[in-house]
Amino acid sequence: MKAVAVVGASLAGLSAARSLRQLGYDGRLLIIGAEPHRPYDRPPLSKEFLAGDIDEAALTLEADGEDLGAEWLLGTAAVGLDRRERTIRLGDGRTVRTDGVVLATGAGARTLPECESLAGVHVLRTLEDARALREDLARGGRLVVIGGGFIGAEVAATAHGLGLEVTVVEAAPTPLAGPLGQTMGQVVCELHADHGVRLLCGVGVQGISGGRRVDEVLLADGRRLPADTVVVGVGARPCVEWLAGSGVALRDGVECDAYGATSVPGVVAVGDCAAWYDPTAGCHRRVEHWTGARERPAVAVTTLLHGGAAAPQLPKPPYFWSDQYGLRIQFAGHAAGAESVTVEEGAVADRSFLAVYRRAGRPVAVLALNQTRLFTRWRRRLATALPAACSS
Amino acid sequence: MIPVCRLADLPRGEAYRLETDPPVAVFHTDDGEVLAIDDTCTHQDASLADGWVEGCEVECPLHASKFNLRTGAVDAPPARLPVRTHQVVLEDGVIYLLLSDAPPNLPPCAVARAGGGFA
Repeated sequence: MKAVAVVGASLAGLSAARSLRQLGYDGRLLIIGAEPHRPYDRPPLSKEFLAGDIDEAALTLEADGEDLGAEWLLGTAAVGLDRRERTIRLGDGRTVRTDGVVLATGAGARTLPECESLAGVHVLRTLEDARALREDLARGGRLVVIGGGFIGAEVAATAHGLGLEVTVVEAAPTPLAGPLGQTMGQVVCELHADHGVRLLCGVGVQGISGGRRVDEVLLADGRRLPADTVVVGVGARPCVEWLAGSGVALRDGVECDAYGATSVPGVVAVGDCAAWYDPTAGCHRRVEHWTGARERPAVAVTTLLHGGAAAPQLPKPPYFWSDQYGLRIQFAGHAAGAESVTVEEGAVADRSFLAVYRRAGRPVAVLALNQTRLFTRWRRRLATALPAACSS
Repeated sequence: MIPVCRLADLPRGEAYRLETDPPVAVFHTDDGEVLAIDDTCTHQDASLADGWVEGCEVECPLHASKFNLRTGAVDAPPARLPVRTHQVVLEDGVIYLLLSDAPPNLPPCAVARAGGGFA
């Protein structure tokens, strides 16, 4: 293999590039990024960066003096993959030829039509999104967050800390019921009330109105919420449209085997855009977590270089964290399919506890609130336990 | 020298967090070594004493950066900067520390807090 192109210049792409070099690949390495920036850390965008505690330099992911010997093609998205010609077409008209491809194009924020037309309506995914939102939050006033998931909750907590009057609107009866289950989703969303942030559940959004700038959010039940700024946090979709017709099989992301191989030889996929097969659960799963973006590329790159001849280690159970209102929330495993969840340390009322999810008596997931040390032990224990089945 | 605790009170595989400024983590490895590094991960604010020790490495409990306990070097990202190491002295069954006088590599948020920024 003389040339490898990594498509996507965020954590997963950078990790793939590092893995290529660590595994001894010394050929041409291209890193293609739609954003103009070198790889940066996204989790702080809804927390420390949004709060103004850290600056852009602190988001850098590359080490000082790190040189991967790569050609960086930044600020231009990949728009097409031709598997016969082994070329990737870029948005600026260029075409690059490559032998191997690592797909790491990530996911983009889902939007509402008003995001385009009204000032003061934001999504949060990129550094530019975070800069614009930070500027608007500095105006103070009333913030309405549409979506009570982790991004929405973190933005709400950060904005509350900045002194804004915050309301979170969630269409489902319980926020976070998907990733955490009903019981613990309810517990975690109570953090909003603890801090005087209003949470409205089970009600959809009819529309967002204003003149040039947003002034209110209209709910499906007729209520109107005055708003100076609105954040739409309604999930993400994998950035794979550009692969349509390329021969790479897609299913809510790029369909991969358990080692990152796609349906096209010489093409692997990692990070938020990839739906890897989970052999123990018997289904494909797209895992949108930071740790997966860091850990899985090593497996996928081994697959790319050795054609699956080597037996790479299976990835660890998915892990994610969230910081809200000064509390550290950590979760590992799969809540879907769990039959029970029990608090095994601390107490929910104290906002410091560890809860274990079980199926058929075996631990399948663990949630901790301000119990970092104990959580680490359980996370390791889960790696050897039976994963939960898919919910679908 | 700063007294930490009795060696008998720190079982193998466990860590002790010393509330100095910045805090220090003292590890008793499975091989019986006692090693000390800065407790705060250089990537983001997390206590390495809460992390998992394997051999001569500790994995940060938050983002799984790995640091070498002997050298303080980063063995796995996302951390980019090493932690300081501190000299450990064992005397009469008690662990003592000689703190490094090198400048620490604190993460941006811990620096902001130390400098009076809001948490």
